[in-house]
Amino acid sequence: MIYLDNSATTKPYDEVVDTFQKVATTYFANPSSIHALGGEVEALLTKSKEQIASLLKIKPNEVIYTSGGTESNNLAIKGTAHGYQSRGNHLITSKVEHPSVLETFRYLETQGFTVTYLSVDESGHISLEELKEVITNETILVSLMHVNNEIGTIQPIEQVADLLAEYPKIVFHVDHVQGFGKLSLPYHHPHLDLVTISGHKIHGLKGSSCLIKKEHIHLTPLQHGGGQEHGVRPGTENIASAVSLAKAMRIAKENEHSYQKLALLHETLVNELTKYDNVKINSPQSGASHILNFSVQNFKPEVLIHALKEEGVIVSTKSACSSKDNEVSHVLEACGLSDVSASSAIRVSMSTEQNQEEVHSFLQAFKNVMNKYEKIMGS
Amino acid sequence: MNYDHILIRYGELALKGKNQKFFIRTLRSNVQQALSDYKGLSIKGQRDHMYILLNGEDPYPIIERCKDIFGIQSFSLAMKVNNDEESIKEGTLEAIKKEEGETFKVTCKRPNKEFPKSSQEMNRLLGGHILRNTEGWEVDVHQPDAAIRVEIRHDATYITSGRTEGKGGLPVGSTGKSLLMMSGGIDSPVAGYLTMKRGVKLEAIHFHSPPFTSERAKQKVEDLAQSLTKFGGDVTVHYVPFTELQQKIFKNVPEYYGMTVMRRVMMRVSEQLAKQHDILSLATGESLGQVASQTMESMNAINEVTNYPIIRPLVAMDKNEIINIAKEIDTYDISIRPYEDCCTIFVPKQPKTRPKREKILELEASVDFTQEINEAIDQVETVVYKNNANHKQDSFDDLL
Ligand SMILES: Cc1ncc(COP(=O)(O)O)c(C=O)c1O
Repeated sequence: MIYLDNSATTKPYDEVVDTFQKVATTYFANPSSIHALGGEVEALLTKSKEQIASLLKIKPNEVIYTSGGTESNNLAIKGTAHGYQSRGNHLITSKVEHPSVLETFRYLETQGFTVTYLSVDESGHISLEELKEVITNETILVSLMHVNNEIGTIQPIEQVADLLAEYPKIVFHVDHVQGFGKLSLPYHHPHLDLVTISGHKIHGLKGSSCLIKKEHIHLTPLQHGGGQEHGVRPGTENIASAVSLAKAMRIAKENEHSYQKLALLHETLVNELTKYDNVKINSPQSGASHILNFSVQNFKPEVLIHALKEEGVIVSTKSACSSKDNEVSHVLEACGLSDVSASSAIRVSMSTEQNQEEVHSFLQAFKNVMNKYEKIMGS
Repeated sequence: MNYDHILIRYGELALKGKNQKFFIRTLRSNVQQALSDYKGLSIKGQRDHMYILLNGEDPYPIIERCKDIFGIQSFSLAMKVNNDEESIKEGTLEAIKKEEGETFKVTCKRPNKEFPKSSQEMNRLLGGHILRNTEGWEVDVHQPDAAIRVEIRHDATYITSGRTEGKGGLPVGSTGKSLLMMSGGIDSPVAGYLTMKRGVKLEAIHFHSPPFTSERAKQKVEDLAQSLTKFGGDVTVHYVPFTELQQKIFKNVPEYYGMTVMRRVMMRVSEQLAKQHDILSLATGESLGQVASQTMESMNAINEVTNYPIIRPLVAMDKNEIINIAKEIDTYDISIRPYEDCCTIFVPKQPKTRPKREKILELEASVDFTQEINEAIDQVETVVYKNNANHKQDSFDDLL
């Protein structure tokens, strides 16, 4: 089987599963307990944060463990909105965010906040000019994704952070779920306040994630309890998950250089796929190398996906979260694609582990499927 | 052409006349120890500057680490070029290309008077060379974004730019040793840090009273000692079992004097241990007027049991100042973990804030602690915490 749905989730590394198992069975004490066993677990927790901190050149107390990218996004966005409500009620995001961001903003609109959804050009990029224009005295939060999960557009995060330096009141959150381990960010940038990282997209385990929260940011917690994680995310720490995340992040960082190799694979894919008249590439040329979105005219994406599955290749439509309904992708729509293309998109997403052969096997499988079904499907 | 070395300026240390050589040697060995995991470096301690030759290593993490070493006034990245006009011009141009900003200034010094052009001439020459060969740079001699310094010496010319401030102070180990009384609270690690700043090599003494004090309190001390190693190299901690003594005190001394007597006993143990290890002074985190034991009367009563010098770097500081330093040196978060040590565990409801010396002498006359003190010292557990090494957490490494 050739797995090319890595932006939906990845297969965890054996070492990561190993760590989880060892920590869960050995270091099971509660880090808040006053006995030495608890102390050991606390030390391990601290060590895991120190490792992440040194990886990202931030401080250990700026790492908050969470259960997923969705939770980190919710905590960052609602936590900022409610925490800084007294300074203003205007929030800014973009039209192409992941549902865990968009839906959170929709919810906040029902709570009296005003939200501006930045538009994007056909390549999926926001414009810094528009961002500047929509900022008001009331603006307290800008939340943008780094790499788009459907088409791979890379937003100019560092420029936005530089720009926001002029607006000390605004908190800046970045959904870095699809970027971490492939495209780095200047994590220590003084205006990059909150960063979401999700473990299961980088060969870690589901349920292991973190939110990077700079020391000077005060979030209203989503849940209240025993004060763990500086009170921002109370609840007995999931130590096995935390340590496994620290490990997955370390390995991902060490493998970051393999991302360059993906550029070649990406190029191969684009070159080969564009040879088909009915294939249209939806990803921007300047996009991330690990994500390629394309539409096959007159081919229902579900059919293509099932046919490819028969050939032993796993790809997906749009993003996993919205691939079950037949709606038009909000991302492709925002990029101005026709309804037809927007509803017939396929996504190939690679991991840094991917190699040339797998890409060739995919192309072969694609060819087989096209030969087999084109006559039936083609109108 | 890249920056090939880091130039370290000594500051105060350079003034120290006869001892200078010893100070430089100490600093050099501290720098070497802190950077021991960079195999490619070589470190040269000269009379006026120290150089770290990078041999291809990335300078920035090295500077970060050196920022914690006492005895360093400031750092600059530097490149060494030949003593001829062309090489100097080329190097200066390279240096400006690595800078960001719009305005610059070149300052030339010429200790090597045999060099044919004067400093003034060189300033103009090099400034002109930059202006001709770059875009967007202008000269500003008052507040330039980039200051390039060129020093023409006998052996070569050194071109430096940028300046990162160091911590100042004196190299740890250059002024002797002190025994820090470390509780696990906020103050004592800060006191230790400031003591090290004046070149003192630190050992620490910690009193624990299991089962009255938790193992977690001891872990705090371990972590604090470990944090201090980045400033002072190895830190040795002596753990004194204090249960027997503490119980004896509280059986034989009225509650409201218990605290003062306990501190006197701790002081005696500390002095004895210091003697054993050839340490010539004690250090504490006392700050005047902070809590019951730190009134003038109390200090007077406690200090009486020793004629060792007691270094009290915090004595005149406000709590806020102390907290700020604790945060800066990353000991604050460890110190505020909520585990009691033996100073807080038997705190009487009404301690004497103004204990009378005569009364204490009278009370102590009827109890003799000597035997228990000797026993406690015999049972001391001594642990050395090493810089860079993750002491007891090695077992975590394969998990992470
Ligand atoms: C860009 C982006 N943000 C957030 C998420 C949500 O992360 P998680 O699945 O860990 O909750 C995803 C995953 O689908 C994503 O692609």
